[in-house]
Parts: sequence; C-alpha cells; structure tokens
Amino acid sequence: MSSLDRKLLRELWRLKAQVLAIALVIASGTALLIMALTTIEALEETTAAYYERTRFADVFAQAKRVPEHLGRDIAEIPGVRLAETRIVEGAILDMPGFAEPVVAQLLSLPERGPALLNALVIRSGRLIDPTRPDEVVVSEPFAEAHRLKPGDTFEAVLRGRKRTLHVVGTALSPEFVYAIAPGGLMPDDERFGILWMGHDALAAAFDLKASFNSVSLSLLAGTDEKDVIQRLDGLLAPFGGIGAYGRADQTSNWFLESEIAQQKNMSRIMPMIFLAVAAFLTNMVMARLIETERREIGLLKAFGYGNLAIGWHYAKMVLVIGTIGVLIGSLLGTWLGHWNTELYTKFYRFPFLLYRPGPAGFVIAGAISLGAALAGSLATVRRAVRLAPAEAMLPPSPPIYRRSWASRTALAGALDEPSRMILRRIIRWPVRAFLASLGLAMSIAVLIMALQWVDAIDSLAETAFERGQHQDATVAFNELQPVDTVTDFENLPGVLSAEPYRHASARISHGHIVERQGIIGVRDGAVLSPVFDVERGRVEVPPGGVMISRKLAELLNARVGDTVAVELLEGRQARLTLPVAQIFETYLGTPAYMDMAALNRIAGDGRVVSGLHIRVDARSRTNLLERLKDVPNIASVLFRQAAIDTFYKTMGETIFIFIGFFVAFSVTLSVGVTYNSIRIALSERARELATLRVLGFSRWEISYILLGEAGILTWIAVPLGAAIGYGLAWYMTSAFETELYRVPLVLRDATFGKAALIALTATLICAAIRAPAARSPGSDRRAEDKGVACERREAQIGHLGQLTGPARGRHCLCAAAAAYSGRPCRCGGRNVASDDRRGGRDAGARRLHTSRAVAWSVATHHRRARRHRQGGGNLARADRARCARVSRRAHGGGAAGRGRGSSGRA
Amino acid sequence: MENDGSAIALEAHELTKIYRMGAVEVHALRGVDVEFSEGELIVLLGPSGSGKSTLLNILGGLDTPTGGTVTFRGQLLRMDSERALNLYRRDHVGFVFQFYNLIPSLTARENVSLVTEIARNPMSPDEALSIVGLGDRIDHFPAQLSGGEQQRVAIARAIAKRPDLLLCDEPTGALDSKTGVLVLEAILKINRELGTTTALITHNAVIAEIANRVLYFADGRIVETRQNAVQRAPGELAW
Repeated sequence: MSSLDRKLLRELWRLKAQVLAIALVIASGTALLIMALTTIEALEETTAAYYERTRFADVFAQAKRVPEHLGRDIAEIPGVRLAETRIVEGAILDMPGFAEPVVAQLLSLPERGPALLNALVIRSGRLIDPTRPDEVVVSEPFAEAHRLKPGDTFEAVLRGRKRTLHVVGTALSPEFVYAIAPGGLMPDDERFGILWMGHDALAAAFDLKASFNSVSLSLLAGTDEKDVIQRLDGLLAPFGGIGAYGRADQTSNWFLESEIAQQKNMSRIMPMIFLAVAAFLTNMVMARLIETERREIGLLKAFGYGNLAIGWHYAKMVLVIGTIGVLIGSLLGTWLGHWNTELYTKFYRFPFLLYRPGPAGFVIAGAISLGAALAGSLATVRRAVRLAPAEAMLPPSPPIYRRSWASRTALAGALDEPSRMILRRIIRWPVRAFLASLGLAMSIAVLIMALQWVDAIDSLAETAFERGQHQDATVAFNELQPVDTVTDFENLPGVLSAEPYRHASARISHGHIVERQGIIGVRDGAVLSPVFDVERGRVEVPPGGVMISRKLAELLNARVGDTVAVELLEGRQARLTLPVAQIFETYLGTPAYMDMAALNRIAGDGRVVSGLHIRVDARSRTNLLERLKDVPNIASVLFRQAAIDTFYKTMGETIFIFIGFFVAFSVTLSVGVTYNSIRIALSERARELATLRVLGFSRWEISYILLGEAGILTWIAVPLGAAIGYGLAWYMTSAFETELYRVPLVLRDATFGKAALIALTATLICAAIRAPAARSPGSDRRAEDKGVACERREAQIGHLGQLTGPARGRHCLCAAAAAYSGRPCRCGGRNVASDDRRGGRDAGARRLHTSRAVAWSVATHHRRARRHRQGGGNLARADRARCARVSRRAHGGGAAGRGRGSSGRA
Repeated sequence: MENDGSAIALEAHELTKIYRMGAVEVHALRGVDVEFSEGELIVLLGPSGSGKSTLLNILGGLDTPTGGTVTFRGQLLRMDSERALNLYRRDHVGFVFQFYNLIPSLTARENVSLVTEIARNPMSPDEALSIVGLGDRIDHFPAQLSGGEQQRVAIARAIAKRPDLLLCDEPTGALDSKTGVLVLEAILKINRELGTTTALITHNAVIAEIANRVLYFADGRIVETRQNAVQRAPGELAW
C-alpha cells in the first residue's frame, strides 16, 4: 500500500464521525432509490409470473343473461384463444360474530375440469365438489379476516333466499389481487369477500340455468383488443351486456398497475429529491473539507506529485465515503425494498412473492450517488491544485474585512466583539453562509415535504368523507329498483332519511378520446351525498348536461360548454351528446354526474334508482343491520365510518410508515449537514479560536462564537426551508396526481413548526456533540506536549496581530505566559515597528531566538519546565535561567517558590 | 568545501516578484541575480520580508516569478509549464520547511516513503532516516517526535530522493540551539557526503558561519555577498 493510501485511510479514520455523517446522507438517497426500484421490479415480476401461471384473461364482459350457446360464437371471434363463460353474482353474508352485513361476490367454477382462465390458487382445503351445491371456496384474505377454515359454515342470502354455505377451501385469484367492493376505495376484507361455487349451484340459485352472465377471453398474440371488444359488445348487447373491457380496465389489475405506476413516479421524484439534496450537501461538505487540506495539497505538489495524482487521491477519499454511503444505502434499501414489497402483499394478494433485485437498481443508485459526490468534490480539488505550492502551503491570507454602513449604526455599536465577529464573518462570506443555510434549509424542506403527506391525507379524508358526505351507509341494489323503494327504506327501523341515486355504466368521448366512466345521477336538492367541490362545497347538479370532475375534463380535454358523446352501456344502450355544464374539483376518482331524472330519462328506464344513501339513528343501528341482512336485492352496503376507519388503517400501515422513514432520512440530512458545518467551521477557525483561548476567552465565549454562527444560519434556514418545502410539496402533489386520487396541497402551520423544531433540535444535538471540541484548543495543548505547538501558537498570534520577526517571538512569549497565568497579554504586539526598527539584523535574530527558546519552555507546560528545573532540560545554561525567570513570572508566588527551589538544586 | 571553478548548478537572472494584494503591489524581489555552484552551501540571511523565502520558492519551482529566468544545469526552467515545474521539483529539488510540514497521519518512514515512491532513484526511507540519525524512530508518528526529530525526518524526506538541490527555509527557526545544531549537522553531512547543492535561509547570523558563501538580503535585493574563508562546524557554534 502506498504512503498516500495509508494517509487516506488514517485521515478517514480520524474523520470517522464526519465520514459517517456524509455517508449517511448519501445512504438516505441511495436507500430510497433502491427501495423504490427493487419494489417496482419485484411487483412487476411477481405480477407477470402470477398472471402467466394462472392464465389471467385479457378481456372481460358482463351481461344480464346470455344463453349458453352464445359462448361458442364468442369463442369464434377472430383472435380469441380461449373463452370461458361463468356466472358472477352478488350476495349478502351473515358472518358469525359480525354485526354488519357482509357483501360477497360469487363466481362460478366449471362443473368439470380446471378453469381455463383466471385459475384459482388453492391456499388451503380443496376445490368444490360439483355434486354438493352448498360448498364454497372463499378468498384467503376474507377467510383470514373472519378466521374461516375448511369445515366452517356461514349464512348467505342468495337472491332473497337464505342458505348455509360450507367452506371447503381458501384460494387466491389473479382477478382479485386487489379486492375492493363495488363503490369501495380500499380493500376491506371484513366487509367484502369473494366466494367460488359450482356453476350449476349458482345457476340454480340465480335462475340462470343454461345461461351465463360473465365471460372472460384470452387473446392470441398480436390481436387487436379493441376489435374483439367491439365484436363481443355486439354479441352481448341483446342480452344486457354492459360493455366489455380489457385487462387494463379490470378493477384489480387497474389498481395494481396504478400502484406500480405510482411507485415508478415515486422512484423518480422522492429519491431524486433526496439524492439531489444529498449531492448538494456532499458537495458542500466535501468542498469545505478539502479546503482544509490546502496545506497538504501544497506539500504534495512541492514533493512533485502531479495534479492528476493529487486529484485522484482526493477522488478516492470521496469515493470511499461515497461507497460507504452507497453500501449502507444498498443494505438499507434492499431491506426496505423487501419490507415494502411485503407490505404490498397485505393489500395486493399474491400467492408468492418474487423479490430478486437485479443489479440495475444498485448500479443506477450507486452511479448517481457517487457521481454526485465526485462532481462536487473534484471542483474543489481542481481549485486547490491550481494554487502554486508555495501559496497553498501558507495559511490562507487574512480575509479583508471592511467597515460597512452596518458597522456604523447604533445597533452595531451595542454589539459585543464576539457577536461582531459572528456577523462580520457571515457578511464577509455571504455565499458560503447562504450555502450552509441552504443546506439546512433543504433538510427542513424535505421534512416539510414528508410531513405534508399527513396534512394532505387528513385533508383528503376530511373533504371526501366528512365535508362531502353525510350519509351513514350506502346501499346498492342488484338491479334497478323503482323509486318507491326509498319510502320502504325510510320505514325501516333506525333509518332517519334516505336519498336515492342512479348509476349507469357509460363511455364518454370527446373528439377521439374515449373514457369508460360511469355516470351518477343525483337527485335535485341532494344533501346526504351531493356533488361536492373541494373549494366551493356542495354544488347543485344543473338540470341539463353533464357535470364532470376536473381530472376527467383533463383526460377528455373538455371544457365547460364543450359537447361530449355519452354512450350508456346498459338498458337500451342510449347514445347521445350532452354539453359539459360544469366542472368541479374532487380528490378521488374521475366521477361524472347528471341530474337523476335526466339520466333516467335518457336511459329510458323510468323512475328507478341504483341505490340509496341512508342516515341511521345510532340507537337502532344493530336492529337495522340485522334487517338489512334479510332484505332482498341488496348487492352491497358500504358504511361511511368503516370507510374512514379502513382509510386511516391502510394509511397507517403504508403512507404513515413511509413518512416515518422520510422523517428519519430528513433528520439524517439535517444532522449530516449541521454536524459537518460545525466540524469544518471548527477546523477552519482552529487558529482563531485557539488565539482567543490564549487571550483569556472562556470556553462558553468560544462556543458562542463558533455556534452562534451556526445558530444564525439555522434561523435563516427556517424561512428559507419553509419556502423550498412549500415548492417541493407543490411539485410532489402535482406529480402524484393520478386518476385514482389527487393529493391536496395542504400545509398546516404546525407542519412548518414541526419541521423547524426537528431541524433546530438536530442543530442543538450537533452543537452539543461538537461543544467539547470548541471548549478549548485542547488539541493544541496536547500538541504542545508533543513539542510542535510553539510555532503553531506563534503562527496563531502572528496571524492575529500580523506581527513579524522579533516582535512575533516576544509576543509569543508574552501571550504564552499570559495563557498560563490567566492574565491578559500585556504587550499586545505593540512593539512590532520599534523592534524591527531598533534591532539590527543580527541582534533582532538573536532576540527572536532567545524569546522563542523561553516561550518554548513556558509553552511546553509544567512537565517540561520541571525537567528544566531539575537540570535535565535541553536549554543552554543562560536560557535555563531565563526560563526559570519567566516561569516565576507566569506561575506567581507558589510556582515561583518551587521554581526557586528547583533552580537552587540545579 | 572548495567550490571555486565548480560547475554552475543553478542560476537566476533578473528575478522579480510582485504580489498584488488588492490595489497594493508588494515588490518581494527587485531584480535578483544569483548563481549556485554544484555542491555549494549557501546561507541566505536577512530580515523578515526581505525576499529570501520568495527567492527560494522560485528557485525550487514552488512559485513563479513575475519577471526573470532560472536556469538549472544549463536548462532554462519553463515557469509557464506546471508539468515542467512539477517534474523539476520531483526529480531535482528537496525542501525543508521551518515548520517541518510532516503529514501527521504518517509515520517517519511513511513520510519519507511519500517521496521515495515517486522519485526516480531514491535511497530507501530507512537509509535516509539513518543518515539524519533517526534509524531507531522510523515507526513513530510526528506527534511522538520532538521538534528536532521532526525536522530531521523532514530533512530525511528531502534528501531521500537524492536531490541535486536542497532548499531549507529556516530549518532551525523553531528549534533550540542544541537541537538546531543536530539539524545543521544533518544538512552539512548531506551537503558533503552527497554533494548536494544546498541553500539555507536563516535569521541567525551565527549559522552563516557554516556556509561557503553568505548572501545578505534587504528589501528584495542581495545587498552583500560574503565568501567564508573557513567553514565552521555546527558543533562549534553557540547562540
């Protein structure tokens, strides 16, 4: 190993705390990036493998009742590889020990042989026996939520008839990776389950013998999906088809793909912001660190080391620190990635998980992190190697300070000298001060960006569930019901009021853009679940035209006044054009509304409703729930409070944990930048602070000068960080906008306060850690013992007073004596000019040397002085005598007495 | 050492150096002409700010002059080429500084290795340290050495590459006289045994007695040159 490499390793060890702080900053960004990239990789790989193994269908369609023979026609559509018909129906379950009615989706399994498409993965038990009509296989998450196992039974209402169903197995299906109830937002495994039954049993229960109401297709490679959908729609239209759709629009897959897209989004934004901040901080910290290596760089140049060799030496330093960061980040990122992917499997149910991170994520993260660190540092190395060696080896010239107008104000007059030093230093290097402040501000900004999610989610939930909705439950029917049903429901026990709504599946198109989007019909004067604009509040639905959400308007590229084509996918499949009457803002989905009467009119179904929003008297809730379990035609019951609870529970298990990580990473950034700023400021100002210590400043006064600057810069960083944080939060919220949800830009005052408090605490902790270093020029004292400090002390004093030659030596003596006697330096270097004038060349040199020798003896502390007094010192006789005199002066009476005694012995 | 008639090792002609500090120009050298013969020991004496260190820095390729030329063994030094100056320093010049400038994180041997690793024909670090009498302190870190020992490590580091030119800037400036004598003896030994042309800056007029020739500096010029008839041994000096 070369000497330079040894130097590098020992320097790194010496700076280990700083190295770790920088490495952790780099690790934060790297870990986030690796976590995001490997999660995406795992989700994509797992999804692809799962879909392939279970033959997940490409096209899906539902209808009311289709004769079985049509299945052959469907299978003969050009491009169709396999077609499988089945029955899909809804039911209400009465689960033991669970008060609320549970919504279930029932799917038929082929009577003979395995399913051609959407095959089940049996997790426990077995498949159903076709000869036993009450056997069911239940979805694994539902079984877990209700602790069901093969052999258990429960009650179910199938088309108004109560049945006892026997669980024979649990399974997972590629169709229900993300299982949400119709109209639901998040999986609620307690209130929504999937059941698979025999085809004949279901056909009997729902009066669908020799018929089907759902079909799945797989397509040959290269087939035009749109063409197949169009032909399928044509075949199913006479049988109540409601529009076929491709895999992309299949609910579970849509959520899964959206989540992967969201992850990709996140992998671009969040880690990039972290990496950019980390790169900025690394750049700043490394630049200042290398600045302190100026003398070494000059020395290496003096020995004949070339710029390239020196540059490589420091590049290696950066690379080692960067590599430590990348390694920590990789380990942490891999762990987080695995944890994150496992977290996904709680909501996205896969029978297996393929977490096999490839090298790509690590290479990308490593290259970005190391590149950022190198780019910043090499600029500084380049600046340093440009200096002539003679210049580089000198301590930097004293900076030029000038009295500005600020110095002449009354306020400046009231300042004490240490405060003046702090302020002048900041004013003298405004860019450096700004950059240090900016570094801290960035960590505050990232904290604000992370904490903003809490505000945003609170605001989203409050707007969507509390301000926008006032119903306690929403009941959806299997089929359209006459509007009189409202009165029937109002007469149920505990129902305070009921408000009907109509839902119609539809395609809305504007120009060539087509969106499959259901239209909700809202009654005039609706109050329980009206159309709600996040800013304007409740909005009345205009009697004519359609009212669309801002996101849908964006997708359709439509504005108020434009005409859109609406194609209803149910009933008589009406097609008509409607004006966009209003656009409103909502955080969830891409809804479209119409006046309910108008929707019924164009659908031609008469005065019908799809469901009801109801308000419930809390006292009669249990009674009502019991009654609802027996009411026929109910497809689902969604409870608002349950939705709120599920929302927060899900958020608590996902987003809030992430926020915790982001906060931890932000604190790491904050600590990294603060610790390094203080540590480097200490290195840069070691001479100045040591001089002040020699001049009699207490440790607290020294700490005040050092930390006061950090304090001021932190205070400047708070508003700056708040402004940048707001910008980042704005960017994040606009970048995270999807069809599923929009995150509102909400930043509460408390969030700014929390971020500032966390940053200030980090600064205080760093200050507390570094305070011992600032406490005294202790390293100088130790170095004195090793015999190298006189010239350093002399240099400090010379630096301070700009003294030269003999006066420097004399002042060195005086100041050193003062330091150990606790009295102020008396000469203050005022004899500079007279010394230089008076002294001849030789005399001056002699005086200098003599004074240095004596200063040496004082400055090497009691131990060395005692050795002199015992006659073992290195000084000549004359110098020993001088040393003793100075010693007596310096230590006062007691010490003088001992000194005399010792001298006597000598 | 008798130098009359020896070849010229280093020659400077009309050297000027002006430092610009804001609006102020400081003339550190005002047209200096100087010649060092091969194997000669020259002492540069003068008050602070008289231009001694500036001259030595320029002669050693650590700094560039504002005007004038430096010729080393008949070759003009290309002051505009950083690479040329770097090679010159690497192959021909050894420096000893007043404050030693050792790398604190490297041991005595490693500090010397730092130079021998890039030199063309170096002696071993152990040999260089033995020459300055530190054969038994090779694995000590600078903080474990006294000032005199540190300076002798610095000398070992300077001579390990077998330089043609040894430039010492106040090598005894931070040392007591007894230690200073040890350091001077080491420098003299190298000058005599290796025939290294040596230039030494000092404030201490007594030290001038060990030189072949003494150059007196004042105000950026050489104001007087004195040839010592007899070179005294460092051990005979007292200050």
